[in-house]
Amino acid sequence: MATVVMPQLGESVTEGTVIRWYKRPGDRVELDEPLCEIETEKVNVELPSPYAGTMGEIFVSEGETVPVGRPLCEIVEAEVAAAPGGPPRSRARAPSPAAERALTGTRADAKASSGTEGRRFYSPAVLRLAALHGVDLDEVPGTGIGGRVTRKDVEAFLARRESAPAAAEAPSAPGARETVAREAEYEVVPLTPTRRTIGDRLSRAVREIPQAWTMVEADVTELVRLREQTAARLGRRLTLLPFFARAVCRALREHPNLNARFEEGELRRYRDVNLGIAVAAPSGLVVPVLRRAQELSLEGLARALDELVERARAGKLRLGEVEGGTITVNNTGAFGSVASRPILNPPQVAIVTLERVVRRPVAVGDDAIAIRAMVNLCLTFDHRAVDGHEAGAFLATLRSLLEAPTAA
Amino acid sequence: MTKARRARASSGTAGHVGDYHLSIAQLEQMYYYMLLARRLSERMLILNRQGRAPFVIAGAGQEAAQVGAAMALEPGVDFLAPYYRDLAMNLVFGMTPREAMLNVLAKRDDPNSYGRQMPAHWSSPKRRIVTQSSVVATQLVHAVGIALGARLSGERLVVMACCGEGATSRGDFHEALNFAAIHKLPVIFFVENNGYAISERTEKEMPVPNVADRARAYNMQAAVVDGMDCVAVYQTVKPAVDQARRGAGPFLVEAKCYRLWAHSSEDDDSRYRPRKELEEWAKKDPIVVFRDRVHADGVFPLADLEAIERRVEEEVRDAVEWALAQPDPEPEEALTHVYKEA
Amino acid sequence: MPELTVIEAVRQALDDALAADQRVFVLGEDVEAGGVFRATEGLAAKYPGRVIDTPLAESSIIGIAIGAAHYGMRPVAEIQFADFIHAGFDQLCSEASRWCYRTKGDAWLPMVVRTPWGGGVHGGQHHSQSIEAYYAHMPGLKVVAPSFPADYYTLLRAAIDDPNPVLFLEHKRTYRLIRQEVTGSNGEQRIGRSRIVRDGADLTMYAYGLMLHECLAAADELAGEGIEATVVDLLTLAPLDRETVLEAARRTGKVLIVHEDTLTGGFGAELAALIAEHAFEYLDAPIRRLCGPDIPPIPYHPNLEAFYMPDRTKIAAAARELARY
Repeated sequence: MATVVMPQLGESVTEGTVIRWYKRPGDRVELDEPLCEIETEKVNVELPSPYAGTMGEIFVSEGETVPVGRPLCEIVEAEVAAAPGGPPRSRARAPSPAAERALTGTRADAKASSGTEGRRFYSPAVLRLAALHGVDLDEVPGTGIGGRVTRKDVEAFLARRESAPAAAEAPSAPGARETVAREAEYEVVPLTPTRRTIGDRLSRAVREIPQAWTMVEADVTELVRLREQTAARLGRRLTLLPFFARAVCRALREHPNLNARFEEGELRRYRDVNLGIAVAAPSGLVVPVLRRAQELSLEGLARALDELVERARAGKLRLGEVEGGTITVNNTGAFGSVASRPILNPPQVAIVTLERVVRRPVAVGDDAIAIRAMVNLCLTFDHRAVDGHEAGAFLATLRSLLEAPTAA
Repeated sequence: MTKARRARASSGTAGHVGDYHLSIAQLEQMYYYMLLARRLSERMLILNRQGRAPFVIAGAGQEAAQVGAAMALEPGVDFLAPYYRDLAMNLVFGMTPREAMLNVLAKRDDPNSYGRQMPAHWSSPKRRIVTQSSVVATQLVHAVGIALGARLSGERLVVMACCGEGATSRGDFHEALNFAAIHKLPVIFFVENNGYAISERTEKEMPVPNVADRARAYNMQAAVVDGMDCVAVYQTVKPAVDQARRGAGPFLVEAKCYRLWAHSSEDDDSRYRPRKELEEWAKKDPIVVFRDRVHADGVFPLADLEAIERRVEEEVRDAVEWALAQPDPEPEEALTHVYKEA
Repeated sequence: MPELTVIEAVRQALDDALAADQRVFVLGEDVEAGGVFRATEGLAAKYPGRVIDTPLAESSIIGIAIGAAHYGMRPVAEIQFADFIHAGFDQLCSEASRWCYRTKGDAWLPMVVRTPWGGGVHGGQHHSQSIEAYYAHMPGLKVVAPSFPADYYTLLRAAIDDPNPVLFLEHKRTYRLIRQEVTGSNGEQRIGRSRIVRDGADLTMYAYGLMLHECLAAADELAGEGIEATVVDLLTLAPLDRETVLEAARRTGKVLIVHEDTLTGGFGAELAALIAEHAFEYLDAPIRRLCGPDIPPIPYHPNLEAFYMPDRTKIAAAARELARY
């Protein structure tokens, strides 16, 4: 069954009137045979049938005016139908990206300069408003692409500032001397948006999650030696971090419950280890994520970690790089810490630290004493998802991996 | 079909005023205007060579054609759409020597264009002289529009549109003739064929010997006339103007002239014109020929001619001195009159 | 007055102008028979001798209008398709636009050249072009491009009354597509004024002709997503209403300029430069233009034409991106 529609007859014509039908339902219709007469504002024409067959139902009566494209009648096509009738009007497919770029030159550039690289970019409008109203832009959270502070963000900030009058407007004028003294007691350190955000999240983590902590001690004398050898062989600097990261990944293979996130009310155990690395960046703590860390070799890990950490410190992380971590490691030993109690990085269920390597006398064998390189491994875990037994087992595995390291 | 009417070339045979079909006053005017145009142009060229007038473009050699044609019109009623060589026509229509000098010096108060166009881009709405640009032949279409406008508003007049033979190559020439002929508009297309479109001789400009031959394609009447003979031009143009005024339709008159000077003050015509040719034609200088003829025919005593010459000298001297002292346009004046205020 | 389409509004304006002023007359190809779009239908009979067919010669259609206007008439010349006006470029650029300036106002031209422009009608290369970029660039020539019937009526009347040459652009796709009540005074009366037709805090769109309607449709769609757009109907391109253009840009700080004409050197470039220069401190995002691609406009096959033409979907997508920035 084929449908004949009101054709577009003329450039600006939008409708037509059927003046007269030449065919009745049941009539035989040949290809190109006139079906009806149509009148438009511009021309009167006969409509040649696009199909051969038998006239079917008629939808539009004589004298009726309908818009272009409205079905006029149906034709039951004969079996030995000729070429399909009517000019096919294919929808224009969505243009390829290259074609889209050709369409307007300005689009690609807009994306590139949108400041998605974490660098703080302030538009002229934002700067003007800030100057006009005495706003420290570091205090304004950004909701634009890549966390950009938009004009509306500044406006919202101003609205909030106005509606929350400065708390503790000093109780009415104390003596001038007292004021001076008070002023000298402290100076206000403004909290950056980053710091505020970190603060909020950590507060929430502590408030809401039952966090438990445990620690083991590992003898990494062999590991230290291996590190030196590997560094020499590879011709590059190496810290213990890539070794630690590799061991964590391997330990998680045996203890997968610690490679999990609490999301949308579900505990999701992930197949890949998306390893968060805590980095002290100038703007505050940031935890970039190295995805599918379990696939990387030692050298691969070393390279990837170096690069990630460098970019994190330079503030050049991409938006996706701080999301989706399944466990976090923290090289707290770099500060000299020998034990620390890390706070969870929600929604992850575990965070493990590598403390400082200390050369200490320890008991070896039955009654000998040797100087060994010892390091503490600390683990905070979400007791809703992991219990002490599992946590301990994970650390035990981690320790054995570090104490008997294999070559890269 | 059209017939090309050939004017009888008058040579220096003895005749009397009757042959001219002109009064003495008119003949005096002819001489005055031709001479005035020439003397003004000579002064302009001197100013140019002195560095005081950057650009000069003149109609030396074409004064007879211009004056003969312009005097066939009715100033104040008829419209004139001249081209850049038509200084003499403008003078016939009322431009003063002082105004002519203001124009070449592009002074602030030059009524033609107030320093905004190059010199010789004429305009005077009150005298019904139509403003033109440097683009040749566009004025021909404007003339047709004026004639149409006049007809629609019921005013009886004639429009004369002038151009060189080079302009007849342009589309606007043909579009103008076409429309004027279809609607039988009172337009005289006056073509001053001076033999050169800058450096190009007519063989390069057109495939027919006469511009007038083109009128046939538009079913339009046409005539060819000796453009160096002021009286002959007048005698050819006047009847055409009169019949057009009565509704007979457009007419094309081709005046065969010779351009005695280079195209403009920027043109070195020795590049393309043989000295010998110039010298030959200089002997046929239309002003000299006219003077000699009217003198030989006894139309004027010599004293009358000399009086006209002195008058011209004095007017030109006064015009130059006066115009040089007039103010130049202020720079910021460039910004005004982009639009006409309602 | 009842609802009129764009073409009906144009015809009504011509009719009323011919009736009101004896100096007004119409010339162009096929105007006596009503014109190929029926813009002058019935007028030749109603005003004998004042609706005049011309030969197929665009340069002289305009040149003759110049002459007649110089004489004192008020000619309204029709160029059958804007694509063919280029033969008259010389008359518009060298003559009409300069007439008043080069005579310091001693002479002037109260004339109108009206012409259908724009794509979306399967018109191919020579029945679809936009021409405003070339002519809005000529000081002395006014360029008007309405979008709504009421404005077509009032602005065409204003153009005929204007002592300056006016290029009056009529978008052919909207001829029969757009309807509106036309009272004769509910449109913009002044040439040189733009109108903010919609208010919104999130971004500002500028358009004219068919694209104005596409912008309004896109704005409606976006409103459903919580994005509110200011939309500016430019109405006149030359002389440009800088005040309204800049005020609308300052309002939101995010600008999207939409036109059918090809991107490079299109009229949008002028708007972008103007806004960047005079509203710089209010900009919260790079100025964005959504235009036809830089190909000779417009290819004929419906797929190719659809690829070329901006439309409400493309406009909404660009606006969304801009709002997010």
